[in-house]
Amino acid sequence: MRLSPDEIILWQYGSVKLNATIAFTWGLMLLLAIGSKLVTRNLSTGLTRSRWQNLLEIVVTAIVRQIEDVGLAQPRRYLDFLGTLFLFVATASLCTVLPGYEPPTGSLSTTVALAICVFVAVPLYGVEEQGAGGYLKTYLKPTVVMLPFNVISEISRTLALAVRLFGNMMSGAMIAGILLTITPFVFPIVMSLLGLLTGMVQAYIFSILATVYIAAATRTRQREPGQPPAAAALTAKAP
Amino acid sequence: MDSMTLIAVASIVTAGITIALGTIGPALGEGRAVSTALTSLAQQPDAANTITRTLFVGLAMIESTAIYCFVVTMILIFANPFWNHILTQTAGK
Repeated sequence: MRLSPDEIILWQYGSVKLNATIAFTWGLMLLLAIGSKLVTRNLSTGLTRSRWQNLLEIVVTAIVRQIEDVGLAQPRRYLDFLGTLFLFVATASLCTVLPGYEPPTGSLSTTVALAICVFVAVPLYGVEEQGAGGYLKTYLKPTVVMLPFNVISEISRTLALAVRLFGNMMSGAMIAGILLTITPFVFPIVMSLLGLLTGMVQAYIFSILATVYIAAATRTRQREPGQPPAAAALTAKAP
Repeated sequence: MDSMTLIAVASIVTAGITIALGTIGPALGEGRAVSTALTSLAQQPDAANTITRTLFVGLAMIESTAIYCFVVTMILIFANPFWNHILTQTAGK
């Protein structure tokens, strides 16, 4: 039994291999890029708009609202990175309704690559927001003693991000495969419905965790004298 | 019992124990988390958005421990490094 789509070799020339993971990843990237290009080709600001524009607007505003809810004051700055993460993982699991398709997120290499993107992006956003010194100081909080633990947590949460997505996607495909040999009728359909749900939840969790990490790295900046601190804003809203 | 059988027995039994013990803890934890979240949802339906989001993130954190166990089990059964080592050794003989 295969563990991941890495083991399906589509084309091989010498040591250069093209496996199903790479092929499906590029397929998804083309689908997302061409699809959004086609939809955004003629946007309208009037009352009549195409249904695809409506769909994209709903998706984008929902992502922006989620990012804002987590505590990032300017969600538009992070929208391109976090939105792409969410859309890629979500489409990867949504496309499992197509026969013959294997989600590329079911391969550990894809999920590790996505997690490394988050691992690199968090310090970048942190440095951009607070400056290099200010960001490095967050590693010394609350005391200097916590420095090794902060570094360890940085690495272990990246590992957890990768393995969580991989485990969920792989288990979905594997359970469907095992059930096909035991109960070939009806029941696998229920399980693949459950797999679709799990895929969407995992896409949500992956991007929301990335958002939380970025929010944690850029936090101190939000308590500027001009803006009310987050806690004060919360208490002010309460009746 | 030669070493091959020993490795097979150890891997299969360990895989079963891993998945059994490894799901008990997260299941209890997730049950507690969901029940607390439902209670607070019933008390404060206005805070539904925040509670649901925090619940999902928390559940993902708890669930990842179960998924580590699952991944270890899958490695033990389908991609066992010791088993592959013995296989290549016997094939090389």
